[in-house]
Amino acid sequence: MKEYMFLFRGPSHEPMEVLKTPERWQAHMQKWAAWMGELSRQGKLVSAQPLERDSGWQVRKNAKPATDGPYIEGKDMIVGGYLLCKAESYEEAASIARGCPSLEDFPNALVEVRVVQEMKL
Amino acid sequence: MVAILTRLFGAANLEVAEDAVQETLLQAMETWKADGPPANPAAWLFSVARNKAIDVIRRQRHSVRFDFSDGDRILLASEYTLAATVESLWSETSIEDDMLGMMFACCHPALGEESQMALVLKTLCGFSTAEIAQAFLTSEDTVSKRLFRAKEFFRRERIRPGLPPDGELKERLGMVIHSIYLLFNEGYHSSQGHPVRDEFIGEALSLGKLLADNPNTSDPRVYALMALMCFHAARSGSRLTAGGDLVLLPDQDRAAWDHRLIREGAAYLDRGSSGEAMTAYHLEAAIAWEHCKAGSFAATDWVRILHYYQWLCRISPGPMADLNRIIVVMQTSGPGAALRELDSLAGREDLRKLTLYHALLGEIHAGLGNADLARAGYETAAGLTRSDAERKVLRDKADRLGT
Repeated sequence: MKEYMFLFRGPSHEPMEVLKTPERWQAHMQKWAAWMGELSRQGKLVSAQPLERDSGWQVRKNAKPATDGPYIEGKDMIVGGYLLCKAESYEEAASIARGCPSLEDFPNALVEVRVVQEMKL
Repeated sequence: MVAILTRLFGAANLEVAEDAVQETLLQAMETWKADGPPANPAAWLFSVARNKAIDVIRRQRHSVRFDFSDGDRILLASEYTLAATVESLWSETSIEDDMLGMMFACCHPALGEESQMALVLKTLCGFSTAEIAQAFLTSEDTVSKRLFRAKEFFRRERIRPGLPPDGELKERLGMVIHSIYLLFNEGYHSSQGHPVRDEFIGEALSLGKLLADNPNTSDPRVYALMALMCFHAARSGSRLTAGGDLVLLPDQDRAAWDHRLIREGAAYLDRGSSGEAMTAYHLEAAIAWEHCKAGSFAATDWVRILHYYQWLCRISPGPMADLNRIIVVMQTSGPGAALRELDSLAGREDLRKLTLYHALLGEIHAGLGNADLARAGYETAAGLTRSDAERKVLRDKADRLGT
């Protein structure tokens, strides 16, 4: 069993555009509760948080931090949140990720799946 | 409300739940003072409490005392699921279920009876620490320590409110029933201070009803307890004069008994007779029923009551059961027979510590015309009792003996 990190990526304004009404918003959040609730019942959920879409800094050595993030990569894609879970393989992690409500509701969303690296001294 | 929040936070965080409720009530007072009460105060309180719960959980996110790894509570740790989880916990459960679950947590077998009762009063009946201290005639400090230790225990053992698993339900339910019984007795025969405490009687009745109305916990013992409590409660008003003095059974105004409660008790007794087990609650209820249906003290069916007490002494032996049985012997066979029965128990040390033993001795000797021995009995009993009203009755009896 390894830990996998999901990075939820998508165009920064897509959620706002899709979830315009309170009803749609609520329905979307209910899907998160159902998806994560199932992961939690299987003992696979480690942690997850959404990230604010209108702020973010980048820090570099010898330079003032850039504070006008979040930073767009590729076609207007930002990281909107993360989830850490336990899975046996990339295949299992990917099949979990396919259930993510963002993929269901946002046509341009994608989930980047990365495995936690075991570091050696 | 504390019960719902405790389900959310875990029993380990009883204080957090209590704080959230406190904050909600404060906010209600301030808002309502300014704008007047809302159209639906209960809904208003619940929605504020729900938001408070979310605030509290956010504040506790990095606290080690809050165990987010426990069950569904991991979903409270994520902003993706926090609000939806609180919302669904709030709407899917009925308040009754939460109170029931909390009752089982409060009556956890590892806690002492005093702690159990203090917890029940605090979390389910909304008593303040000061009120509990006053009720048990002890200091606020003692009650705080008792509650603190119980909460530490919840935290350490990660106790969550809820019905115990099926295998343990019957036994754990027995403890909950016993705790309600003690609460009721504390109200009905208050060992200290005021002789009748209506607030305990009322709370014990409503907690008992909660058990009786739920299919998981309605059990012949619960019905018997409800019957017993209804029969006693029906008579509690007649046990005191306007001045607060005790009125003994022969002198009570039977027309003033609460006949609606007696009928309710009879219906419970009926439902409680369906099981096969005969418990002490059944017998005590049956005895109380005999008293309730007798038209006068003289018309009481003492023979039947004696039979019930003999049975009670077999299944639940103890000095109080024996003494009560002998009181009935005095009615059925006279003071001489009662004295012989009492003498046969005289070797038992535990009897001599009881007020009732000496009062009964006084009563028997008064019946036999031994004024000096009777006075000695009454005086010893008056010296032992911690109830002012009882002492007054005993002294009056001693005074009326003449010389």
